[in-house]
Amino acid sequence: MLESLLFIIMSLITIACAIGVVFQKNPIYSAVFLIQTMVSLAVLYVLLHAQFVAAVQVMVYAGAIMVIFVFVIMLLNLNKNDMEDGKTKMPMQKPAAIILGLVLVVMIGVVMTRTIYQGAQGEYTPEVMDQIGNTQLVGKMLFTKYVLPFEIASILLFAAIVGAIILAKKQIIKEEK
Amino acid sequence: MTNAIIIAILAAIKIGIVIGVLLLVIAYLIWVERKVMAHMQVRLGPMRVGWHGLLQPIADGLKLITKEDIIPANASKILFVLSPVIAMIPALLSIAVIPFGDTITIMGVSIDMVITDVNIGILFILAVSSVGVYGILLGGWSSNNKYSLLGGLRSSAQMISYELSMGLSLIGVIMMTESLSLVDTVNAQAGLWFVVLQPIAFVVYAISAIAETNRCPFDLPEAETELVSGFHTEYSSMKFALFFMAEYANIITVSAVGVTFFLGGWRGPFLPPVVWFLIKMALCIFFFVWLRSTFPRFRIDQLMQFAWKVLLPVAIVNVLITGLVMSIL
Repeated sequence: MLESLLFIIMSLITIACAIGVVFQKNPIYSAVFLIQTMVSLAVLYVLLHAQFVAAVQVMVYAGAIMVIFVFVIMLLNLNKNDMEDGKTKMPMQKPAAIILGLVLVVMIGVVMTRTIYQGAQGEYTPEVMDQIGNTQLVGKMLFTKYVLPFEIASILLFAAIVGAIILAKKQIIKEEK
Repeated sequence: MTNAIIIAILAAIKIGIVIGVLLLVIAYLIWVERKVMAHMQVRLGPMRVGWHGLLQPIADGLKLITKEDIIPANASKILFVLSPVIAMIPALLSIAVIPFGDTITIMGVSIDMVITDVNIGILFILAVSSVGVYGILLGGWSSNNKYSLLGGLRSSAQMISYELSMGLSLIGVIMMTESLSLVDTVNAQAGLWFVVLQPIAFVVYAISAIAETNRCPFDLPEAETELVSGFHTEYSSMKFALFFMAEYANIITVSAVGVTFFLGGWRGPFLPPVVWFLIKMALCIFFFVWLRSTFPRFRIDQLMQFAWKVLLPVAIVNVLITGLVMSIL
């Protein structure tokens, strides 16, 4: 009873904040709404008995990635003209965004109806998780069943970091010449 | 049903006591800091209000409440008002999982001396404190002042860098206790404190904790010689006081985590557990004040290089060594 009430409140806040991210004109406000979206999602994870994922969600997304976002937006120091210019520069952006958004909604819809709404329960129910321990279970799965996707994802991130450093370095070397 | 009500009432009482004591301690920490620093510099410090200035925090509080509350004309109003709150709330929240003492029994009801023992305790603290940086960052941006903005940017860069080594320094201890709960961590130190088993981790934790709380010698976000007073240049009245209180609340939190993880928590002979906890925490806080009156400030490039080139590798090597030793033994 209490849980479903909390779920409804938190999901409404999450959706409201997500809408705020899209419709805010000022990028800083968008970022603040995105932070709130991340934190509300963490609460939803707690309601789903995934405390470890919730803490990591706040720590990594709200605490680290979004700080960098806000940091970069502040350093760019956009004024009003810059933001309004952006609208005319990319005329294809809106239709492309609408089409891709629709594709995403359809994909999520298909996956949801095929899996979650079938009512089938996985082998790790809340009772099993409480017995083994949430963190222990996540660790075990990451290092046994999902070790390959996990490592591939980390190598992908690593490649992105190396790429970013090389791109940044090139400009510095050019400027020095 | 009655059980649930008792638990709820107990939790409410515990939260009330802890928050009350915490706010009182914060007020008196400012007095302690002024007094200790004064005596280290052969001055007297506050002497006028009450015996040896003991009522000074109350006078300061009244002064701050009655001051005019100024919001700069071009400031972003909502964020300007929200920032001190964002800074303060996480600082108070993280106290919730720290155990102050052993379980005691009053009238047949056993009471844990911790507000709530969640099984991801330390992750909760790290997560909540990582949100606290937004108070400073957004406060600096929304004031529409270049000194504030620079202070905010500096602090976010600093806090992100030192958060990593702080988390990694705790991992050594977590590996040895095999639990993220702070109650388990204290129980694991019944024989030997982790400061003996993990000395490198303790040093790394101490340094990054000082940097995390923006204290001297890492107080670059509010370096008054360069940035007026950094991110809170434009703040006045109780909003300024909230930032100030958040800083001291953070000092208390990192001291409490340090005591819990490395100095045996509430464990100690003869005296009651809560007293031991408070004594150890007071020593940690004294260390903070001592540093402030001893060391000059770092330069920003030294600060970042130290974090990424010294502290982080040392913390990672410590984790590796801990893993190696544990697998051999």
